[in-house]
Amino acid sequence: MRSRRRHAAAGAAAAVLACSVAAPIEAAPFEDTMAQRVLACTGCHGRQGRAAPDGFYPRIAGKPAGYLYNQLLNFRDARRHYALMNGLLAPLDDAYLREIAAHFASLEIPYPPPAATALGDAERASAARLVTEGDAKRHVPPCIACHGKAMTGTAPFVPGLLGLPRDYLNAQLGAWREDKRRAQSPDCMSRVAKAIAPEEISAISAWLAAQPVPADARAASTFAAPLPFECGGVANAGTASPLSPGAASGPTR
Amino acid sequence: MRLGRAALVAGLCALVVVVVLGGLVAWLSVRGEDEVRSRAAGALPVADAAQVARGEYLARAGDCGGCHTERGGSAFAGGRAIETPFGNVYSSNLTPDAKTGLGAWSPDDFWRALHHGRSRDGRFLYPVFPYPNYTRVDRSDADAMFAYLQGLPAVVRPNRTQALGFPFDTQVALAVWRALYFRPAAHHDDPARSAEWNRGAYLVEGLGHCNACHSARNALGATSGTLDLQGGLIPVQNWYAPSLASPREAGVAGWPPTEIVRLLKTGVAKQGFVMGPMSEVVGKGAQYLSDADAAAMAAYLQSLPAPRESDDRAPAARSPGERGAKLYHDHCTACHGEAGRGVPGAYPALAGSRAVTMRSTTNLVHIVLEGGFPPTTAGNPRPFGMPPFANVLHDHEVADLLSFVRASWGNSAPSVSALDVGRARNGSDR
Repeated sequence: MRSRRRHAAAGAAAAVLACSVAAPIEAAPFEDTMAQRVLACTGCHGRQGRAAPDGFYPRIAGKPAGYLYNQLLNFRDARRHYALMNGLLAPLDDAYLREIAAHFASLEIPYPPPAATALGDAERASAARLVTEGDAKRHVPPCIACHGKAMTGTAPFVPGLLGLPRDYLNAQLGAWREDKRRAQSPDCMSRVAKAIAPEEISAISAWLAAQPVPADARAASTFAAPLPFECGGVANAGTASPLSPGAASGPTR
Repeated sequence: MRLGRAALVAGLCALVVVVVLGGLVAWLSVRGEDEVRSRAAGALPVADAAQVARGEYLARAGDCGGCHTERGGSAFAGGRAIETPFGNVYSSNLTPDAKTGLGAWSPDDFWRALHHGRSRDGRFLYPVFPYPNYTRVDRSDADAMFAYLQGLPAVVRPNRTQALGFPFDTQVALAVWRALYFRPAAHHDDPARSAEWNRGAYLVEGLGHCNACHSARNALGATSGTLDLQGGLIPVQNWYAPSLASPREAGVAGWPPTEIVRLLKTGVAKQGFVMGPMSEVVGKGAQYLSDADAAAMAAYLQSLPAPRESDDRAPAARSPGERGAKLYHDHCTACHGEAGRGVPGAYPALAGSRAVTMRSTTNLVHIVLEGGFPPTTAGNPRPFGMPPFANVLHDHEVADLLSFVRASWGNSAPSVSALDVGRARNGSDR
């Protein structure tokens, strides 16, 4: 049973902790804060995400703001499909979604220790190779080319890959392979996921889930090298991205 | 031989009946129609910036873009599925693309669509497009909206084939429907009423098409008329659009007019919040109403006569129930408070709320299972949201919880069963 810790100095972080609907919460004086406004989000996503009968709600605290904003747009505009998210976000405009994204991006909450792997040596080696080196023959870039050498993401658009459960990673990569999850066009992750085999997706997910999150879990501020190919979700600000200005931009209403 | 002649006579009679009936249906379905004089495409030559601006305002007030825009798609390019009990109807492309949109249409064509429900090629339109309401929109407003639409960027998006079952997908079926339920009409000011009231009537009955949701539909999907605002279940979505006349539902006769205007323009008022489909209506349409038009609609809505309602409602639950009280304490008090009083402007009060106590409980179940936000509006740019409980509470728990809320703090409404919850849950796409 979680209890409400209103007076914690890290107010916003504590609010996320406190506001899980999965646990009983006690009445508290009303505070006009962003944390109060987004109780609809923290009910499921909570502190570090949680599993539910219909899937896994990923942690959103501390993910890069641009990435979170793009996902909010993708759900609202039905490029990503999950009925509860599609419904909740339908009446919200871009400005408010940007503010919600910035709120969650600003939360710094410790990560849980990684899960143990059940991978064989060969699988582990193959997964590690794909993540860090890619496979030039199949035009598969290494994950770290975009997600950062430390795999903690690249601000503001590319999320980190660590501290996420294997099932969640598996589901996302699988959804990209099957066109169930889409991003702004050109959809680079769809291209990557379709270039690798389902067994490889499964191994990569398990391998990533087993890596510890470094003490400094913040996303890198710039890409180390130009991106391997165009990415619609990265292009719309032109801040951290070395991409051509002609790349597709995010949708507007 | 005689038998042959009798059969012939009977056959002839049947033929006459068919021809007469067919002629009657044909006549009834196009009665009162204006002639399309001009086929010249494009807006009227006199279209000016003021007319286009007025057209934009009217198109927003009528929330045309709500149906005619696919989620994440180009504005007014159509393609959104409107779910009906007869199948899906896909909205059409209203942008001025010559092949796939309204680029080849003339103002006369547009007027005929709005006023008579017929497309440029003469086909009858599906009444999902609420032309039984739009027939009351006057010609100058129709022309202004057409001028606005013709000035939008042209988007190439071919219209989708409608996905309706036989016989609803035929023009004959539409002709019969029109013969039975549609007659072109115009708004006429009631001289006994104020100009404000008349403006409100014009907007509510016509462009606002409020009764497209706020009235019951018969087996053929027809409402009993544009004056009927007695509430109705929205088919397929399974949200109940409450009566705008009943003091037990969403009647506003007792509200200060400023609060009605606030609800329409911001989505929140002292007395309550908009949720579900109405959140979309306010977010995409009503919030853009001018203060004068919102006040006019309020004046009209306040004048709706309260229906005579018998007091034969089922008795309230015997006691609020311990299980429900425990669930409420665990999941709801942080926002709605131990006494169900909520927080003004943030969390709705549940004590004394008509949304809580009205007869239909389908909206309550939707809100608990799916959560929701009121819309972002200029007057409420950062709304507070309700979390979804679909993956937290079982049907019987939602039933216990709602039964408790409906019977606490002075509320006195019948309990909710797990079956009610299950029905709404299965209707919702989880």
